[in-house]
Amino acid sequence: MGRGCPLEGGRSSRFGGGPVLNNKNFLGLLFMLPAAAFLILFLAYPLALGIWLSFTDTKIGQPGEFVGLENYGWIIEDPKFQTAVFFTIFYTVVASVIKFAVGLYLAILLNEKLPFKAIIRAIVLIPFIVPTVLSAIAFWWIFDPQFSVISWSLKKTGLITENINFLGDVWNSRFSVIFANVWRGTPFIAISLLAGLQTVPPSLYEAATLDGATRWQMFVNITYPLLTPIIAVVMTFSVLFTFTDFQLIKVLTNGGPAGATELMATMSYNTAILGGRIGEGSAVSTAMVPFLLAAIMVSWFGLQRRKWQAGSDSND
Amino acid sequence: MLMSPFNRPNRRTVLKTGAAVVGAGSANLALWAQAWAQTAPWKPEAGASLTLLRWKRFVQAEEDAFMALVASFTKSTGVEVKVVNESLADVQPKASVAANTNQGPDLFWGLYSLPHLFPAKCIDVTDVADYLGKKYGGWVPTAVAYGKSGGKWICIPVAYNGNVINYRISAVKKAGFNEIPQDTPGFLKLMGSLKAQGTPGGMALGRAAVGDGNAWVHWAFWSQGGNLVDKNDKVIVNSPETVKALDFCKALSSTFIPGTASWDDSFNNKAFLAGEISLTNNGVSIYAAAKAAAAKGDAKMKEIMDDMSHSLWPIGPVGRPTEFHIAYPMLAMKYTKFPNACKAFMAFTLEAANYDKWLEAAVAYLTHPLNAYDANPVWKTDPKLSMLKDASRRTMTAGGLGSVGEKAAGALADSVILDMVASVCTGQASIPDAIKVAERQAKRIYR
Repeated sequence: MGRGCPLEGGRSSRFGGGPVLNNKNFLGLLFMLPAAAFLILFLAYPLALGIWLSFTDTKIGQPGEFVGLENYGWIIEDPKFQTAVFFTIFYTVVASVIKFAVGLYLAILLNEKLPFKAIIRAIVLIPFIVPTVLSAIAFWWIFDPQFSVISWSLKKTGLITENINFLGDVWNSRFSVIFANVWRGTPFIAISLLAGLQTVPPSLYEAATLDGATRWQMFVNITYPLLTPIIAVVMTFSVLFTFTDFQLIKVLTNGGPAGATELMATMSYNTAILGGRIGEGSAVSTAMVPFLLAAIMVSWFGLQRRKWQAGSDSND
Repeated sequence: MLMSPFNRPNRRTVLKTGAAVVGAGSANLALWAQAWAQTAPWKPEAGASLTLLRWKRFVQAEEDAFMALVASFTKSTGVEVKVVNESLADVQPKASVAANTNQGPDLFWGLYSLPHLFPAKCIDVTDVADYLGKKYGGWVPTAVAYGKSGGKWICIPVAYNGNVINYRISAVKKAGFNEIPQDTPGFLKLMGSLKAQGTPGGMALGRAAVGDGNAWVHWAFWSQGGNLVDKNDKVIVNSPETVKALDFCKALSSTFIPGTASWDDSFNNKAFLAGEISLTNNGVSIYAAAKAAAAKGDAKMKEIMDDMSHSLWPIGPVGRPTEFHIAYPMLAMKYTKFPNACKAFMAFTLEAANYDKWLEAAVAYLTHPLNAYDANPVWKTDPKLSMLKDASRRTMTAGGLGSVGEKAAGALADSVILDMVASVCTGQASIPDAIKVAERQAKRIYR
């Protein structure tokens, strides 16, 4: 009695420390400081520097001058940039849709009673945990124009007579890199959605079964609505990761053939580091931000938790 | 290294030993190296140690000889040299980042006009270049073009990689030719015949084919009269000659094995050695690999080694060689704490006692930039390799008719010509559209 809560402002506590350290707000700020410093140093500062550089004509090893929107004016009319924007959006949309469909299917499958469920779940995660560069190198071999195991197998079965030109043809290369991305990214979605499925109360399914609902009706009316908040989070991350993909394209095609599989991230790197035009490369990478914000807004407003999911009687 | 005052070498010892060093035993070489260290104009700083980032070797014997050279330098000067290997395409980005951040390896050994991307970051090595030029019969003109920026040398072009036609003799004979035609219409006819008889050729068109891809597209482009810029660096790519050049490239690529648009510099080696293609462009590393395997008893590789040869590039309507061989310049960064050690290493590398052995070990994969090395035995041992001797003289430089400088380096790094040709050959763009894109890019780079 009389000792007071250690965190109440203005009173000394049994832990000591004085009135400042006992201030709840100040303590909260203090605890956030390391994380904030980390984020500022490795996230906010590079982002701000990149945006600043995009307004300059900085080159490798040479300081630049402020040029306003000149870099943006240039890249907007650049056919190579337009192709990169097109393919980045195409790549993101197609890969994300497929990853979501396959991931959800896998999650539902893994949610069933299966023998060796734990081992199967671990195996499903392997594509996601293998370093991207390693899996890209493996796909580089699988998609080899002369020595592909896929071409070899199909030729042996007589289904094709010539090797498949996976990465040398414009649309073949685009779908090949999308396939590699889907292979890598599906486990993340599957495991995350599986975690979400496990939070759906079984009593809802039991009640629906008693009411004579089919499996499809249960999915549409119970599973999917309750999963939407988790889908929002998972797909937001997936879309962000896919849009900003770099390693897979850099290793598999380096944006080729002739820029057909160039993403904005690879174009930014090639322009700034290989081409030496840091200002222009920064403009390309900064140009990704509006798209990423749009993707986040779609996920946030389109799929956020509804009131009824929190137990309200409202249908909102 | 401690030297007794009784046997400390002097200039006479250096000259006498240097003259006897080629073909001499390791003892003489060690003595020469010690003498060199004592008398060389560049005395490494106390406590110096260097890091050199170089392109990863294509011929193992070349790397072995180079590491022996490095060990000899360390033994004679006391300067440790750490050698880091990167794949060909990765040297430039690493050098660029180092130049931008002012930290990283002391020395970079890259390709083409890499130092010209950041000339202000490179140490002035005019004294090293002058010393070597005077001692070894002068530099070939392209070495001067690659080495100099603004009147001073910013790098030492240590070697070139001669990129030539590699072909299977039997396939070419079966196609009705005794040798590779030395005119472009004849060459196109040969390639068509090779495809028709089921032994196609193939040349890399992938973005990552910085060596082989750039070699053939620039040769084809220039051979038909196409040029990115003129001698005043004015952009002239939008021309009837460029249209002709792209027509030629499209016709040529239609004779290739499918998939070359995804090739980097190693795919054609694999395909040739597997018998998938009968003609490609490459250094002599395919021949060297077949030879090395044949020496170990591989019968298939022996068959390839016996059945393959090399040829110079055909000459197009412009009437002169338009070859594009890789130059390998070595540069030292201004941020290095040991500039004298860097200069000493550069000079040491090109001294006859070291360079001759290294050139021989490279089995003609590398060609020299200094005229005196015409006498190296490697140019006489194998008739299939002797044509590489003049690669450094026959080559055009990055930038073509224009200057070798930051803009040429930028155009090469941006794959302006490679992408233009690849987009036409893959059907991604029409010839006028491809030219328009290249012109726009070039005008930006050369503004």
